[in-house]
Amino acid sequence: MVTIRDLMKALSITNLTKTYSNGNQALKGIDLSVESGDFYALLGPNGAGKTTAIGIVSSLVNKSGGEVQVFGHSIDSELEAAKACIGIVPQEVNLNLWESVGNIVANQAGYYGLHGKLAKQRVEKYLRALRLWDRRDDIARSLSGGMKRRLMIARALVHEPRLLILDEPTAGVDIEIRRSMWEFLRQINEAGTTIILTTHYLEEAESLCRHIAIIDEGTIIEDARMSDVLRKLQREVFVLSLAEELSAAPALDGFMTRLRGDCELEVEKGPDCDLNDLFVQLNARNIHVSSLRNKANRLEELFMRLVESKQQEAEL
Amino acid sequence: MNIGLNVVAAKTIVRKEIVRVMRIWVQTIVPPAITMTLYFIIFGNLIGRRIGSMDGFDYMQYIAPGLIMMSVITNSYGNVVSSFFGAKFGRHIEEMLVAPMSYATIIIGHVAGGVLRGLLVGLLVTIIALFFTRLTVAHPLVVISIVLLSSIVFSLAGFINAIFARKFDDISIVPTFVLTPLTYLGGVFYSISMLPEFWQNVSKANPILYMVNAFRYGILGTSDISIGHAYAILIVFVVVLFSGCMYLMQRGIGIRE
Ligand SMILES: Nc1ncnc2c1ncn2[C@@H]1O[C@H](COP(=O)(O)OP(=O)(O)OP(=O)(O)O)[C@@H](O)[C@H]1O
Ligand SMILES: [Mg+2]
Repeated sequence: MVTIRDLMKALSITNLTKTYSNGNQALKGIDLSVESGDFYALLGPNGAGKTTAIGIVSSLVNKSGGEVQVFGHSIDSELEAAKACIGIVPQEVNLNLWESVGNIVANQAGYYGLHGKLAKQRVEKYLRALRLWDRRDDIARSLSGGMKRRLMIARALVHEPRLLILDEPTAGVDIEIRRSMWEFLRQINEAGTTIILTTHYLEEAESLCRHIAIIDEGTIIEDARMSDVLRKLQREVFVLSLAEELSAAPALDGFMTRLRGDCELEVEKGPDCDLNDLFVQLNARNIHVSSLRNKANRLEELFMRLVESKQQEAEL
Repeated sequence: MNIGLNVVAAKTIVRKEIVRVMRIWVQTIVPPAITMTLYFIIFGNLIGRRIGSMDGFDYMQYIAPGLIMMSVITNSYGNVVSSFFGAKFGRHIEEMLVAPMSYATIIIGHVAGGVLRGLLVGLLVTIIALFFTRLTVAHPLVVISIVLLSSIVFSLAGFINAIFARKFDDISIVPTFVLTPLTYLGGVFYSISMLPEFWQNVSKANPILYMVNAFRYGILGTSDISIGHAYAILIVFVVVLFSGCMYLMQRGIGIRE
């Protein structure tokens, strides 16, 4: 039964399992639910099962058990309707390297039933958006790695899917292009496209996504709003660059401090402390801070802690 | 099923296939033309003169329909098997698998591509044949329908080969060990009436014999077998092979984990 609530969900995965033919148990019963319009990060270490899960949703991999619905369409009973809603950017390049850039995108439009003028317009629109229009007559083989990735994004968007799934879209993409890709993804998300993204750059997930799920060894170990996850972090470590050398770390109320090098001070802040308070105390000691940064990306810390604690559990 | 979408998607696949054939025309069109020219020169012209006539026709005239059919068959098969296996190997098959078209559309699109290449090469070989001999068409409708059906049968067979193939070697095994021998034994170069009765009966188990003879009947008006049998066999093959393709696609054999 499809309820109104399910229709609101861009993706709903229930108790999904996958055992590969070689006995590899890649998914051990995962549940995921992605709201329509969300920007969703699916994170996890290598081999966690992200690509497998995406493969099942896009029907490139047969599932062993469980249910998947895309905008209320079950991939078992309404596969074609489900497929029509999805655009997919795979982790590994799957372009016909001998085909021209323009033909690749135009063919994909055709596979989704777009033809004639509309198809032409879409091809131009997305090749321009991904800055590949000038290369439309070149074969895919002649593109650089980052360009191939952009081509796969253009290809995934040509039918304007309601749900865009990107499996490590920014791997091997230079910083400038990555930033412009982020901007682009933000725009299409704001225009209403639901986006699911996997990445190993946690900074990317933190800056783009509003919801995160972490998967490890085929099970979901975290699934929450990004803001809630970040709030849950118990401590945060800042590195302060000091204007002058210190001989010893100052003792501050409510903060743990440690000197690293001559002019760098590490300050660990608990959940209830206030950064203003830190500066008040530093001021009182006449310590001048020339710059400040997070020791590690906050999400990265959480990620490491979750995955490590899981490994320790496994060892016990 | 959304019919409009599937029609557009099928056309797209056919266009993609034509672009592919034209892009690599040196591999797809030139070799059969060269091979067949050699056949005509060596078998038809040099050796054929010593053979004299067969079934009341010039040897050259007698083998021309068989050679045309042989090129249609091998090129239809070859086109589908390399294109579809290439798509598997390069993983761009995923472009089609994620799209909302039906499996039938994927099959029909590739088969149509194979048929077009088969017809294109067949036409070319016919033109080459006309440099060597005179061909008149006795039964045009038979010629057209037999060429189309045979080309469809071998395109479907090529599709199944591509589904099972795991490496490039696998796409040449069937042509080398099955297709070529069956073609040579399929009455391209001789009339089976020349064989002892036992071998005549064995030959009749070879489906290619029916295609070659039905096609020769269409052109020359002579055949070793009944034309009705040829149609029946071809239609059964089309139905069985198409169902096989559908079954394999639905199960995801060779294309999905
Ligand atoms: N075709 C396959 N056959 C057998 N096992 C596979 C296959 N593909 C993936 N696996 C296994 O399934 C598990 C999950 O792999 P998957 O590719 O989904 O991980 P991932 O989270 O995408 O990793 P990465 O971050 O490295 O891309 C791994 O243990 C992998 O070895
Ligand atoms: Mg992966």
